[in-house]
Amino acid sequence: MTAGELCGRLPARPLCLPDPDVEIEGVYAGDLLSWVMGRAQAGQLWLTIMTNVNVPAVALLTGVSAVLICEGCAVDEEALAAAKQKGINLLVTDLPVYEAACSVFRLLS
Amino acid sequence: MSEPLVFTFDVDGENFTSAGEASVEVKKRLRQLGLPPDIIRRVSIAMYEGEINMVIHANGGRATVTVFDDHIEIVLEDRGPGIADIALAMREGYSTAPDNIRNLGFGAGMGLPNMKRYTDTMKIDSTVGVGTTVTMTVNI
Repeated sequence: MTAGELCGRLPARPLCLPDPDVEIEGVYAGDLLSWVMGRAQAGQLWLTIMTNVNVPAVALLTGVSAVLICEGCAVDEEALAAAKQKGINLLVTDLPVYEAACSVFRLLS
Repeated sequence: MSEPLVFTFDVDGENFTSAGEASVEVKKRLRQLGLPPDIIRRVSIAMYEGEINMVIHANGGRATVTVFDDHIEIVLEDRGPGIADIALAMREGYSTAPDNIRNLGFGAGMGLPNMKRYTDTMKIDSTVGVGTTVTMTVNI
């Protein structure tokens, strides 16, 4: 499933979707950025409630396919601008992290 | 043996939100050189953690990345407070980062362990009150 397809089926809304055709090859959930950086694998969908400007940088460095902000957390303009500038797929869902993860698992299975 | 490529960056200690710009730039340059994605990932993550450390603890510093034929060397130099107990600082989960840094999702005590995890060698030279130099290499 691609990041673009995930948006319509989760449901989630894209804040920034420069690469809708990238494949989602698994899921990683976490909010501590260094922890995520040490563990998340390229191609995974990253679920988090962190929304600050460092999130797009971590997404770029780890090579995740997209970031799914959960719980409907608000993304500030600076973070959104960084995501656009870095070409990061940034999606938002109102689902809590666990429920979002379960939903993505079902969609990927 | 070709002449090694050297990239140098000043890491701004005042601006926490722009931390990571040097790592992102290094990632871009290494991509242009056609290096394997796994090597690029390891170098850029190790460097990002180092950059964040310099911003949190040392009011910035200087990062130098040198691309040799068979390895990449990353040197991070700062004139911060130094690390009194390097073994303790290397322990996963140990952190002296303040609460405002933790609120941003850092300060989990994973920075130095991640740098070690992602590199083939890592050496820390630190003198309390003088500064810290971290030298890392990633084999190509």
